Amino acid sequence: MLRRSIEGLGQRTIEGVWRIGFAARFFGAMLLHSGTAFRRFGLTIREMYFSGVLSLIIILVSGLFVGMVLGLQGYETLQRYGSESALGTLVALSLVRELGPVLAGLLFASRAGSAITAEIGLMKATEQLSAMEMMAVDPIARVVAPRFWAGVISMPVLAALFSAMGIFGGYLVGVHLIGVDEGSFWSQMQGAVDFEQDILNGVIKSVVFGIAITTIALFEGYDAPPTAEGVSGATTRTVVTSSLAVLALDFVLTAFMFRGIN
Amino acid sequence: MNRTVLDLWVGLFVIAGIGSLLFLALKVGSMNTVKAGNSYEVVARFDNIGGLKPRAPVKSAGVVVGRVADIRFDNETYEAAVTLRIDKRYAFPKDTSAAIMTSGLLGEQYIGLEAGGDEQKLKDKDRITLTQSAVVLENLIGQFIYGKAQEGAPQ
Repeated sequence: MLRRSIEGLGQRTIEGVWRIGFAARFFGAMLLHSGTAFRRFGLTIREMYFSGVLSLIIILVSGLFVGMVLGLQGYETLQRYGSESALGTLVALSLVRELGPVLAGLLFASRAGSAITAEIGLMKATEQLSAMEMMAVDPIARVVAPRFWAGVISMPVLAALFSAMGIFGGYLVGVHLIGVDEGSFWSQMQGAVDFEQDILNGVIKSVVFGIAITTIALFEGYDAPPTAEGVSGATTRTVVTSSLAVLALDFVLTAFMFRGIN
Repeated sequence: MNRTVLDLWVGLFVIAGIGSLLFLALKVGSMNTVKAGNSYEVVARFDNIGGLKPRAPVKSAGVVVGRVADIRFDNETYEAAVTLRIDKRYAFPKDTSAAIMTSGLLGEQYIGLEAGGDEQKLKDKDRITLTQSAVVLENLIGQFIYGKAQEGAPQ
């Protein structure tokens, strides 16, 4: 009984290390074969349509609602100190620095990441990837790399749209519904938000999240056991792992970027 | 290779992304880091800077003319040495005075410049000698209470 549990633990550890090593090699191969993704840019554009354009609705609607809630809750707290005019600063800074990249990343992981894993896992299960190899077409170059670059390009676009939509939502609630002064809403925001410190750092964050999410999604799909159960398990793991990765990376990046300010 | 409807959608998607980034850059943020190329630095020493922070605005007549670039503690004079980065477009006389002010009662602190009458202008690496420290609310209240106690003291 005890022996079996120790054996199980050891097996899982070895399995985990094995997977990490394979994932690293997979990431390297993907970068190495990225040439095709740019030479045949049509492939990447096709994937950008599926992971980027089709995620637009959920990103825009969630961004709008998150901004509106920030407007309501922020006003509730700020009016106690008589500084409602700082509402624009609060909404803009929290969206541009944190919520935009992080929430767009989480939505992207569950909307596009899961789809990528399921697609590639099923391609593997139905032996389409092996068939490509038979025809001397490298599946990493033809299938994986375009999806990777599409995700890396789409993610900052989606995060920027999320932030812009959220600020618009905060503006709608703050200025039109509650009646915060429009001039001070925008001018205080402009005074506090810096292009390099805040907006560019948010863009860098979203690029890093894009790399992490698509790599995890592609690897889980590529590594999935070729069964129905295996693909479903891999899809779940993609959403869980990439969400955790986004939150953990966000902490690390924030600690690097914003420690020096104030 | 032919054009497809897909390309149109992806094009729109990317344009929307760039557009929202422009919106963030122009409407939400401002390029308020004064670039080193078109600015000059002057140092002002204060006895007490209160809650002044780097990147705080430097204003003259209420208009932002620069930013606080750096705050250091001078261990020889026991003063705070504040480096101000001022836009080249604005030149100030040599006897300009600097004061630390607060916007509103609890607002952020900034440096206010009051132009003097000197004919010579401030240059890069110059020093502002006339300074006025931040008003520390606790000291003010302390003085007020002390004054009241003096008034009410029995003769």
